[in-house]
Amino acid sequence: MKLEELARQSSEWLRGSGPESDIVISCRIRLARNLANHPFIRRCSDTDLAAIERTLYETLQSEPKLQDVGYVNLKMLSEIDRQFLVERQLISREHADSNGARAVAIHPEEKFSLMINEEDHLRIQVMNSGLDLDATWEQTDAIDDVVEEHLSYAFHQRLGYLTACPTNVGTGMRVSVMFHLPALVLTQQIDKVFRSLQKMNLAVRGLYGEGSRAMGDFYQISNQITLGRSEKDLIQQVSDVVPQIIDYERRARDFLVHENQQDLHDRVSRAYGLLCSAQTISSEETMELLSSVRMGVNLGLIENLKIPTINKLFIHTQPAHLQKLRGTELDTANRNIERAHYLQRHLQQDGADAAENN
Amino acid sequence: MKCQQCEKPATIHITEITGPELDELHLCEDCGKIYLSQQEPASDSTMSPQFKLIEDADELAALQQQVCEICGSSFYEFRHSGRLGCPHDYVCFETELEPLIVNIHAATDHVGKRPKRGVNSSEQQVVLVRMRQEMKEAIEREDYETASSLRDQIQELEEQRKPS
Repeated sequence: MKLEELARQSSEWLRGSGPESDIVISCRIRLARNLANHPFIRRCSDTDLAAIERTLYETLQSEPKLQDVGYVNLKMLSEIDRQFLVERQLISREHADSNGARAVAIHPEEKFSLMINEEDHLRIQVMNSGLDLDATWEQTDAIDDVVEEHLSYAFHQRLGYLTACPTNVGTGMRVSVMFHLPALVLTQQIDKVFRSLQKMNLAVRGLYGEGSRAMGDFYQISNQITLGRSEKDLIQQVSDVVPQIIDYERRARDFLVHENQQDLHDRVSRAYGLLCSAQTISSEETMELLSSVRMGVNLGLIENLKIPTINKLFIHTQPAHLQKLRGTELDTANRNIERAHYLQRHLQQDGADAAENN
Repeated sequence: MKCQQCEKPATIHITEITGPELDELHLCEDCGKIYLSQQEPASDSTMSPQFKLIEDADELAALQQQVCEICGSSFYEFRHSGRLGCPHDYVCFETELEPLIVNIHAATDHVGKRPKRGVNSSEQQVVLVRMRQEMKEAIEREDYETASSLRDQIQELEEQRKPS
């Protein structure tokens, strides 16, 4: 699999299609699975890891339904390339940073990735733009069935699928929906929303699984419980809160538009101005400004700019992406310069294209 | 900031006030959940903290000695790393894990998808473990006839378990 080709295409999860895509970005389901006859990762020797990786590789290779996946051996990959896969959410940070034989199998359009030797032997994750959890579950379930035809999973009659961490035991499933919630952050209501979600046993994480202050105001909401409820129930539990969160964010946006129109417009325009004219800019600042601009476009405060362009910029301005797109390694200072140039080029071009079409 | 127990980013920050000094803990979500679910209030609130501590130390020593027959992990190791050693740990440390699992999931039984094949694998594994133990004991008391018969049975079972 050519990572350079991936770099140019937009990730499935950031394509931003589907209803209410101004707030609901994407959904994802992951299953944690382990092979019955091997120790869990913590207890694996290098030989064990290599054997598990081999077994899963051969399974994927021999399965016609999984023929088109690209198989990437993480052990052989440079740090930038591993970071690049983390930025695209195809692997986790821990998976990138750990040692020993490990790999990821990636669907050509990045609709799913199969992480081998992450925290569990196998993690199946399926991603879709917008909010279609039922279809996402069908795909996940099908991949799980296909893999299971070839090997025995660690399974306990009473406890279900056995996982390295008891927080995942049972279904081994995590259902998550990613939102863009800039107005809830701006109006300082986000913590309140999170607290009420936590009471319902739902977890909130940032774009890359970070805690309280999420990058670019992207938040993922997911189930915490994995045991004692069916997959359908868990999906329902997460689906049930989605309309509410959309409603909260809409109300916060309405409030800003009606009560704070001038401040909001100023904030959004300044963000856009900075992104268009900065000469050097960090990744964090870029994410923050892009978040304001994204909301501005969605509220009609900025014209001549398309949402897919902004979605793409969120990911293309990340450190490893910038370097892959540029085709050379850059230190932090040079990355900040390259990032500023990249933003200028793409924001101006998008503006020009839109003006032409008008 | 990294979790103090694994490689994940720390998202839960706990300040423990147990002694004269404050203990700060920085944990990821999973380790945090495990940590917090172990912080059950003492069943007998009149018990003095020192006594509780001693009991914990005894418990800890006992836990350190109990080791999974398959992977050699102790429950103590799990408490430290937040990760189990092998699927059999769930059987071996069932008593210790149960309250933790109930705390995390508010449930004890899996509902939902089941593998279409190989469902018996963990039960088979328990049987295998028991037979290996019996074989060891037979050898110790020099009952080689029983030992060799057990060895053959184990081999047969292991053959069956191999994925086709």
